[in-house]
Amino acid sequence: MRREPPRALADYAPLFFPALMLIVFFVVPFSIMIAVSFFKRNPAGFYTPDFVFDNYARFLTTFFGSVLGFSLLLAILVAVCCVVIAFPFTYLLTKRSRAVQTVWLVGLLSVLSLSEVIIGFAWSTLFSRTAGITNLFVAIGLMKEPVALLPSFWAVLTGMVYQALPYTILVLYPALVRLDPTLLEAARTLGASPVRAFFNVVTPALRNTIVATLIMVFVFALGSYLLPQILGRPSNWTLSVLITDQAIYQSNMPFAAAMAVFLVLISLALVGLTLLAGRKESAL
Amino acid sequence: MPGLSINSITKRFGDFAAVDDISLSVPDGKFVCLLGPSGCGKTTLLRMIAGLEEPTGGAIVLDGDDITRVPTHKRNLGMVFQSLALFPHLTVGENIAYALRIRGASKEEQRKRVDELLAMIHLPDFANRPVAKLSGGQRQRVAIARALALSPKLFLLDEPLSALDAKLREAMQVELRQLQQRLGITTIVVTHDQREAMTMADLVVVMGKGKILQAASPIEIYRKPADAFVADFIGITNLLPAETDKAGRTTVLGAAVPGVALPSGSAKATISIRPEDIHFSKPGAGAIPGTVSFVRDLGGTVETFVEAGGTTIVAVATPRERPNVSVGQAIGVVLPPESCVVLQP
Repeated sequence: MRREPPRALADYAPLFFPALMLIVFFVVPFSIMIAVSFFKRNPAGFYTPDFVFDNYARFLTTFFGSVLGFSLLLAILVAVCCVVIAFPFTYLLTKRSRAVQTVWLVGLLSVLSLSEVIIGFAWSTLFSRTAGITNLFVAIGLMKEPVALLPSFWAVLTGMVYQALPYTILVLYPALVRLDPTLLEAARTLGASPVRAFFNVVTPALRNTIVATLIMVFVFALGSYLLPQILGRPSNWTLSVLITDQAIYQSNMPFAAAMAVFLVLISLALVGLTLLAGRKESAL
Repeated sequence: MPGLSINSITKRFGDFAAVDDISLSVPDGKFVCLLGPSGCGKTTLLRMIAGLEEPTGGAIVLDGDDITRVPTHKRNLGMVFQSLALFPHLTVGENIAYALRIRGASKEEQRKRVDELLAMIHLPDFANRPVAKLSGGQRQRVAIARALALSPKLFLLDEPLSALDAKLREAMQVELRQLQQRLGITTIVVTHDQREAMTMADLVVVMGKGKILQAASPIEIYRKPADAFVADFIGITNLLPAETDKAGRTTVLGAAVPGVALPSGSAKATISIRPEDIHFSKPGAGAIPGTVSFVRDLGGTVETFVEAGGTTIVAVATPRERPNVSVGQAIGVVLPPESCVVLQP
């Protein structure tokens, strides 16, 4: 469908309201945060306007570096796990009848209504020694005695994958529903088994969708700060946890702002790299 | 026995029988068209032959082997889909080489076969183009080449030419037929276009409501349609009521057609006569009295519409034998008895 390009100023009118919201609730706060990141901390009060690089300099230590590395790694891992689980699942879901699909999608949407806190405490119960799933394993004879599965890295990963999975499925679903089913059938008539056809026809045909989904889940997981605290050890805490800690408990706004700005820049850089790599590949 | 044989195959979706107890035998190397209106079960039948749909009952036998339960990827067939289903992420060459790659053929082998196939479809030097950059006709050819890469036993096409414009479609029909004859491959095409079926097929199978209505050579289907549906579906025809009068003669709209016998025991029947078989005469004995209602001069052919006995009879003539008639003129319509086909009720 072709549309006429907007000519008069009035043609842009529908954009005014969203633009205003974006400026008031995103551009302005983000600018303030960038400004604050260069301010000087005042231990007695809050902060004083200034222009120093101390906050960024403090960041360049092995401690914060390793936390940043861990945060990025965790977010990447969550994104990969989510897509690896959600992609085949969503594909199989689109092959079911409409009624089955609706039931599943409604169920997934209802998971989205759970807050991070509820998800965190639900999993902490499930992973606990006294009331957790290991009791079930003991009951069916798989284990000798119940153990606590948390706090641990795997508990954090499980909780975060659980939280992000519905988003992943809902993002993949439209693309997979629209996928021409004859592509897979054609591969089968050419001698590929269904599994093989799935991997070398369906997956590459939806490469762009998969990359976009990975980025979305990555960004989503990067902001998670409750689940690592509820389900993990301090060594499993992400940069978001430290930012919250600095901002709220240590009252060190300038440092928290510096970390937040740095996190945004690093994630933007990673997203940019991913897109660049994707474009290069498709150009071949 | 070489060839494909389909033994009382049935496919039900719930209570609805899409394909209802069909048996058909396709000799080796023949070109078969499954022809019928949409929803007649022709595509379902083709998909069962391909193994993409599981039959509810019956058997499919290829070269003596029962393949009813053999999965698609082990059937050794080539198929062209209506959507063509070219892999968007692969180049022309990679699309064509896909089957070879799956079989683990070497790069060298793949390249050689791709070049051969590209030469066959008259698209040499196209191997490295992305499929998105091809025209409709080129995509069509690439889909055909991809399906033939492994020299399959069976070549299946589901409405392969429906996306092309009329002129290109006619050209591709001829090309496809020539290709099939050169390769001698058993081919089954699903189509709803009777011209396409007439152009390409050795055997036309007319289907309706999940059953085979008639399976015969194109000319036999055209000349001797089994029933009114087939007669009407294949080309243009006049379906006229025939009855036996008191003297025992067969008459059509009041005019006697000597030599045409109705099935014994029935006083009424429908006859089919093709427009090009109809002649005109002066109104009078032995001819159906009628009035010319419209003349359509298409340059290549002239169609004359005659109102007679409450129905419209269409006659077609070449400009050379153009009937000298005008609208409103009273004329006689002559039905040559040898061209009248008495249809089964």
